[in-house]
Amino acid sequence: MNEVAIAKLNDIPDGDYRVFALEELEVGIFRTGSKVLAYENLCPHAGGPVCQGKIFNKVEEVITPDQKSAGLRFGKARHIVCPWHGYEFDLATGCHPGDPALRLTPVKVAVREGQIYISVAE
Amino acid sequence: MLTKTPRPLRNGSNGRNGKNGHGKNANKSPRVAELPKIDNQTDTRDILAHAAKEARQSDYFIVDVDAHVTETAFWPEVIDRMESDVYRQMARAFKGRGPAPGLLNSTPGMLQQDVFGRIPHQQRLGEAVPGGRTHAQVTLVRRAMDSMGIDYMVVFPTPMLVLGMHPQVETEVVVGHAFNKWLTEEILPQDPRIKAMLYLPFNHPEESLNAVETYADNPSVIGFSVTSTRFRAVNHDSYMPLYAAIQSTGKPLAFHSGFHWGDQSMQQCNRFISMHAISFVYYNIIHMTNWIINGLPERFPKLKLIWIESGLAWVPFLMQRLDSEYMMRSSEAPLLKRRPSEYMAEMFYSSQPLERSNLDLTEATFKAIHADTQLLFASDWPHWDFDLPSSITSLPFLNEQAKRNILGLNAARLFNLEVPKHKMIGARAKKAPAVREPVTA
Repeated sequence: MNEVAIAKLNDIPDGDYRVFALEELEVGIFRTGSKVLAYENLCPHAGGPVCQGKIFNKVEEVITPDQKSAGLRFGKARHIVCPWHGYEFDLATGCHPGDPALRLTPVKVAVREGQIYISVAE
Repeated sequence: MLTKTPRPLRNGSNGRNGKNGHGKNANKSPRVAELPKIDNQTDTRDILAHAAKEARQSDYFIVDVDAHVTETAFWPEVIDRMESDVYRQMARAFKGRGPAPGLLNSTPGMLQQDVFGRIPHQQRLGEAVPGGRTHAQVTLVRRAMDSMGIDYMVVFPTPMLVLGMHPQVETEVVVGHAFNKWLTEEILPQDPRIKAMLYLPFNHPEESLNAVETYADNPSVIGFSVTSTRFRAVNHDSYMPLYAAIQSTGKPLAFHSGFHWGDQSMQQCNRFISMHAISFVYYNIIHMTNWIINGLPERFPKLKLIWIESGLAWVPFLMQRLDSEYMMRSSEAPLLKRRPSEYMAEMFYSSQPLERSNLDLTEATFKAIHADTQLLFASDWPHWDFDLPSSITSLPFLNEQAKRNILGLNAARLFNLEVPKHKMIGARAKKAPAVREPVTA
């Protein structure tokens, strides 16, 4: 594996993300505080550019103790949404909320001295 | 699917930030480009860049029998073609009063299709299009065709898909005729790869017949369409001259489905997903049932029918349902000489939205509808639930000839489309047999 410096941590505002193409690999880099996650920019549904989509918090439905609906709200989990068809994936796990087996492909990423590195196949 | 060579961005930047370098174990310098976040300003070619790479690797002849123009983006051009000066004035009076163009029958949910901003290409046509002699809509269609490797694209309207629910019949007539004029005068002449099955103002049978007579000889008009979302019995006697006229043209009649949340049945659904999933199937189930049970295949045996944008899973359901009841109540369908499923297996179906979460069921459906000769690929671009050619090429149970037939050769045969020489592979596939083995009830 080659390790490639892809961006400075400060180049990505907290909560934001950027998408890069490196030869054959397209990678989305997502920052939450000092933590950085990376996924291939390839939706497991139809091959769409998933990481170039928008981030939405997970929509939740509030249910009362007597099983009535008390409406919708945004939860804390953040989802990246594929712009082709709307498939959503939890940024923390890479999994679709309704089918955990359907998931984004993670890319190994590291941050050292303010620099973000990703590992790519030689 | 991954991009080999980073693309320069269409905003003029080459995407290289000059800050990228080597890690501690790096031994070569990969070229790095930044890709844009996709919004409703993004160029179609950037949105579909992954599809374009796949298209470059294939030699398939592809006919997309159902894609869409956004007529409301060019609404003043449509209004200008309304024959009645009163209706032109009425339509223009809506200018500047919100997003819904005047005279259209806006329906609840129409603006929810993009899942509230999650799917930008459904929202609006915000991308930059160069000026000049080429119409902006033609440029947008070409970008989609070239990105997906499509040879011919058949275009339908978008908001007008629910015009059949308009309470004023004359409005459907005026708008429908104006749209047909706009399409045949502004769009179709600019690119012979763009085709249409023209809009029939079906709530007015005589004006529908007028549309057929007007455009029957237009080579870019390869058929006629009824938007299925309406409350009209297709077996009513007033439609018989229309069907006879279409049959005499040799061009097919399509039923293009849609949704309408104002439909009282659909008002039981509290979420767009529920209403949308059901309604696109519901309207075509009703029209197909009336078509079959009233013996219209026997009355117009050479009239070719296409059922569009209802997916496919409803077809084997309805085949079995009608077969079962017909065998017990054949006295109520005296014109039929065969089981309903046999007539249905001779019709044509568009593929999108192709149900494929259970491939065993998908394969059984393909067998039931004789997909190798009767199925036509459709993308539905630029709508939110569009399908790519890979929806067909990735099916593991299809052989190579079946894929080529479904992607384009079936449509070439149905519409008499020319297949480019370099894509003639498998183009001599035999025609569908006139009489088929019955599908088991």
